[in-house]
Amino acid sequence: MINSIANYFNKQSSAAPLAVFRMFFGFLMFISLVRFWSKGWIESLYIEPSFHFSYYGFEWVKPVGLYTYAFFIICGISAFFVAIGYKYRLSILIFFLSFTYIELMDKTTYLNHYYFVSLVSFIMLFIPCNAMFSIDAISIRKSYKTVPKWTIDSLKLMLGIVYFYAGITKINSDWLLNAMPLKLWLKSKYDLPFIGHTLMQQEWFHFFMSWGGMFYDISIPFLLLFRKTRSIAFVLVVAFHITTRVLFPIGMFPYIMILSTIIFFDSNVHYKIIHFTIKILEFFKMKTDNLKLSFSQVNHYKVWNTSLLIIVVFMTIQIIIPLRSLLYPGELFWNEQGYRFSWRVMLMEKKGNSVFKIVNSKTNSFFYVNNDDFLTPVQQKQMSFQPDMILEYGHYLGNHFKSQGHQNVAVFVESYVSLNGRLSQQFIDPSANLMELKDSFKHKFWIKPLNDEIKGF
Amino acid sequence: MNIKKTSYIYLLIAFLIALSCSDSSDSNENVVDNFDRQTILENVTDNIILPAFDDFNPKIAQLKESITQFSISTTLANLETVQELWVDAYKSWQHLEMFNIAKAEELYFLQKMNTYPTSVSRIENNINTNNYNLDSNNNNWSAQGFPALDYLLFGLADTNSETLIFYQNDENLAYLNYLQAVASQMLQVTDMVHQDWILIRDVFVTSSENSATSSLNMLTNDFIYYFEKGLRTNKFGIPAGVFSGNNTRAANVEAYYNSTISKTLALEAIEAVEGFFKGQTYNSTSTGESLKSYLDYMTDNTTLSSTVLMKFSDSKLLINTLDDNFVNQIVLNNELMIDVFNKLQEGVVLLKTDMLSVLSISVDYIDADGD
Repeated sequence: MINSIANYFNKQSSAAPLAVFRMFFGFLMFISLVRFWSKGWIESLYIEPSFHFSYYGFEWVKPVGLYTYAFFIICGISAFFVAIGYKYRLSILIFFLSFTYIELMDKTTYLNHYYFVSLVSFIMLFIPCNAMFSIDAISIRKSYKTVPKWTIDSLKLMLGIVYFYAGITKINSDWLLNAMPLKLWLKSKYDLPFIGHTLMQQEWFHFFMSWGGMFYDISIPFLLLFRKTRSIAFVLVVAFHITTRVLFPIGMFPYIMILSTIIFFDSNVHYKIIHFTIKILEFFKMKTDNLKLSFSQVNHYKVWNTSLLIIVVFMTIQIIIPLRSLLYPGELFWNEQGYRFSWRVMLMEKKGNSVFKIVNSKTNSFFYVNNDDFLTPVQQKQMSFQPDMILEYGHYLGNHFKSQGHQNVAVFVESYVSLNGRLSQQFIDPSANLMELKDSFKHKFWIKPLNDEIKGF
Repeated sequence: MNIKKTSYIYLLIAFLIALSCSDSSDSNENVVDNFDRQTILENVTDNIILPAFDDFNPKIAQLKESITQFSISTTLANLETVQELWVDAYKSWQHLEMFNIAKAEELYFLQKMNTYPTSVSRIENNINTNNYNLDSNNNNWSAQGFPALDYLLFGLADTNSETLIFYQNDENLAYLNYLQAVASQMLQVTDMVHQDWILIRDVFVTSSENSATSSLNMLTNDFIYYFEKGLRTNKFGIPAGVFSGNNTRAANVEAYYNSTISKTLALEAIEAVEGFFKGQTYNSTSTGESLKSYLDYMTDNTTLSSTVLMKFSDSKLLINTLDDNFVNQIVLNNELMIDVFNKLQEGVVLLKTDMLSVLSISVDYIDADGD
């Protein structure tokens, strides 16, 4: 047993998959950041808002006015350097730090695929993605034909975790028995050509997509793993993600996943991609002699044992973290305790309306807050149905009005939320003074329970 | 299930998806979407918006004409005619305020017609300096439209006979001129917005897709915005002091200087809201396709739409218990004003959470990726 484990960790494998992964990842990240900037989102999401929602323990991570652009510039440049494999270690470290900093600045913009990018770039810190076909390999005139097999497998495992959990979390009564929320979302796509008025309106199709999505997510890691089913699996990956791209506003995510899954293929596929890349470069009249040298030598890359240890611990944590919701009582979709960072993707249609009431607890005089005065529309939308954000904003309001000279400030919220097509119901205990509550990892007893049960994960 | 089997199923899925994406003619025949959203737009445009303009525009024209008459001959009868026509037009206006779309949005129709409380100091200043631009200066929104006329017709003196004496005084000729300028401006803007609606009608009703700039999404968003801000906040919330620490603000009541009609205006407004939601033809009881019928289609039942309608009728009942004059009501028993505000807030919740969820209509100003 121990021997076979030791054998596994000593196994070598072609370095080509890592080189190709690095190249695709870097370029996609570069494009993502340029796209983000060009849509004006740096301005509207990070600079315009006067208040930002922080992650627990990361309250010190804030946008820094116009310097926020510097983070994006640094992040974009490092992504480009990662793509070409220039000073790879430093570049991926800077990318990981700057990207993660950006994501931690405001909880409002949390997306599973941003989290995925942070995790992947963390793994990439410890694996030699520059071993071949990189500027680094050219400049030290040494490239590696093989790397330890586990370095490639760590990326496969990460992808596998994402898909598998995304599938498992779809096993719930709303998703499978009511086709919610897909029923609402697909029906509203009536303006798609040809299928909008027909397929998208069919009940069987809503169920078909719900069940299909669940089976797809759960089984795709395994289908990709086995050589026999790999090609079919890849066709499915492309079809699935293109479909989601057509149906939903999910930005770059489909492309990231499609290109990431290529890592499951054998090294000859990756060599083909490398040769194809060289042909493209030659088409643009670039000299590629040195580049060709950068993947033709026969060296075997050794990775530090500490790196291996870190990755093993990291992967174990990744398997555990999505399960933490099991520790909390109550309905997960409603309370959202342990909902983030667990690959629950597009599972809910949840909308809320939260009106804050500032009360002088001595005189009982009160006034309502106009949320437009403090939050952007995007922030209001997200805050309205997420308990931790409601609490954080409540504290912010309380402190704001205290500093304005208001006395005996108590903050209450009248919050109503509608989940997966259910009629809205009161969300937060309206008699709970938010100023007296603290955010923590403990159960939030001040959330009123959902008047319904959703069975499953 | 073994892997081979699953992969065949997937092939089948991929095949079906590919099929459904590429082909339409075959599948169209036996599968018909039984809800055409364009019919909502047609009904709302042809039976609500355009008839409401057909009603409102002549009323404004008459109002302007009567003001011209009054400035030629400052008699009590003429003053009273102006006042009556002002009330008529103001009631009719309640049916248009929510359609802050296209030309109306571009010309700030809503801001120019009904920004209240009106700014007395700005009106006085405009009159005294005789140097003002009602069209391009945002600061003058609060010095024109119905609220400015409210002040000029009812706010200059306590009684009509005193008001008449005021206007008969040659020293106050500038007031008479300002009265005419405000009326001309109202007619001019109304004409432009009305003409534009006639012009864009055909294009407007075809834009029924689900996107931020489609007619259907804009109408829906404007409707909710009006219900929350125009009706709940402006007519009840602010005067009742719910945004100002229980300090009531009676001067913020709509038609403050002739506040005996404030309840009438509020009731017109909620009728307009209800009518739009139900797709009810203007000044008639017949109904057509609407947000209500769309909701019913999406949810396969009428639970949500009837809950919404119940909130509207509950709100109406509560408003009906109020004094005709909201200024009196606020002084007498402000709690009842707050009750209406709370009831309307329940409506806001239903429209903003339940309805938008079910219709999956994106809020127009939100632009970011999801996952």
